[in-house]
Amino acid sequence: MGTLIEEIFGRKAGRSVQAGEILLLDVDYIMSHDNTTPLAIKAFREIGKPILDKNKIVLHLDHAYPAPNVLAAENHKNIIKFVKEQGLPHFFHQGVCHQVMIEEGFITPGAIVIGADSHSNTYGAMGAFGAGLGSTEIGVAWVTGKCWFKVPETIRIELTGKAQSGVYAKDVMIYIAGLLGMDGGTYRSVEFGGEYIDNLPMHERIVFPNMSTEIGAKCGLIAADEVTLQYLENETPAKGPFEMIQPVNPRYERVLEIDVSALAPQVACHPDVDNVKPLSQVEGLEVHEVYIGTCTNARYEDIEIVANMLKGKKVDPFTRVIITPASERIYKKAMKNGLIEILLDAGCTVTGTGCGACIGRHGGILAAGERALTTMNRNFIGRMGSPLSEIYLASPATAAATALTGRITDPRRYLNH
Amino acid sequence: MGKAWTFGENMNTDEIIPGRYNITIDPLELAKNVFCEVKPEYAKTVQPGDIIIGGQNFGCGSSREHAPIAIKGSRAKCIIAASYARIFFRNCINIGLPILECPAAVADITEGDNIDVDLASGQIFNRTNGHQYQANALPDFVLKIADAGGIVNFLKTHDIQELMTNAD
Repeated sequence: MGTLIEEIFGRKAGRSVQAGEILLLDVDYIMSHDNTTPLAIKAFREIGKPILDKNKIVLHLDHAYPAPNVLAAENHKNIIKFVKEQGLPHFFHQGVCHQVMIEEGFITPGAIVIGADSHSNTYGAMGAFGAGLGSTEIGVAWVTGKCWFKVPETIRIELTGKAQSGVYAKDVMIYIAGLLGMDGGTYRSVEFGGEYIDNLPMHERIVFPNMSTEIGAKCGLIAADEVTLQYLENETPAKGPFEMIQPVNPRYERVLEIDVSALAPQVACHPDVDNVKPLSQVEGLEVHEVYIGTCTNARYEDIEIVANMLKGKKVDPFTRVIITPASERIYKKAMKNGLIEILLDAGCTVTGTGCGACIGRHGGILAAGERALTTMNRNFIGRMGSPLSEIYLASPATAAATALTGRITDPRRYLNH
Repeated sequence: MGKAWTFGENMNTDEIIPGRYNITIDPLELAKNVFCEVKPEYAKTVQPGDIIIGGQNFGCGSSREHAPIAIKGSRAKCIIAASYARIFFRNCINIGLPILECPAAVADITEGDNIDVDLASGQIFNRTNGHQYQANALPDFVLKIADAGGIVNFLKTHDIQELMTNAD
């Protein structure tokens, strides 16, 4: 009996649990990447005990991969040495950690997965608990297989209606961030549901838990359903049967109902994710870079939307349009289906996979005074480079329309109805 | 007793310790630059046992542990804030930096006040103005981690299950 998070935690605890309780739970997978693994290794060495279960550990190189400088290279060298020394079976450099976690079947309904990355909330799209933690806890979990959690209160976001053409999950989620604010979900589980969510395919659903981080949430959850099962069976090596955990007579702290039918494309403006405006209010603003990438919006379908809009056209010659597929699997599919060629012909730059420009390490850094429109999830000052640059967040369709003009542009001008 | 150092709302991890100083994980090195953008005099004159007073959503932003490590390295006794960002809260507990949540104290304490804190009971006494405040007491398991000096030290001599047992 309870909210989705109470049901998921209760299943692991073997008893019914309630918001406010503190639990010590077995975790299914422990994720970290090249930015956060070094401190986890330090904690692990200091504890001085062996790894409990190597199979639970998943390491990625994605934040600065391939290495853009010597420090990053040393970092990768040390991590690879550790992986070899410990004989760890799950080591990847095939794309953004969260996308690879899902593609490789580590994320299944009811799983508890912790990650040393704040966007580990992404896993909630599969009906799993995913949460970001610091590196020390990752090192602790390697040794103990466990992690402590306070069972959070839940904010339920009930999304009804049908989005207009040109309005995507990203627009809806940005709108929610604007409503709730950057600390509107702090410590909370944010449960997304309703007929709008029920009808969304997985690649769109993922946007909501992914960006629940931007409102401070502990986790963002969508209950597993037929869409989840189909995705797991068709797109991942995960083996069922899967438990479709649902909320049961839940008591929510707050329920927010939003009808998406009337919503227009939205933009989160410099310098805060909750500085949200309808696109119409910023249309025409000059941009110097359009970046389509990250764990939020660089999946195959996102790239397909962009390619369809750019097919046979040329992007603005003075705007750098950079596309970073979230994973190699996505990259290969896009290549096989001719999308990469369309993008290159349109004048885009397609980079290797990974976190790329999103964290300002490489792959599209901004100069002082420049403005980027991106499909990222956060727009903190200086995140993509110069502290004097600006980041605007929007959907892949808005990014494509903006790429064509070099100015923030409503995608509905270019979409075929 | 410690001196109060007050900070504002939404103090983010970049303001606690800017990214350019995160090339080291040495607490004393990090402490040299803690709060350098917002209160440079802190790192120069902080005394062991001083108290950090923060507003709402203290420690928001990235999951980087350098931020609480830098504060711990400065030998502050604890943080008292109106509320904490989630990952920062965990990181403090795990590295053994005591934190209390007490909006009443935050609203009343001014910079330089002399403050007594009893971490186990959550009692806060302001010697300067004679006011007393009650923070939510920390859960037992948090105190166990704090007493050990952090989760890493705790695990050197305990099994993690012992966090959840009351008799200790």
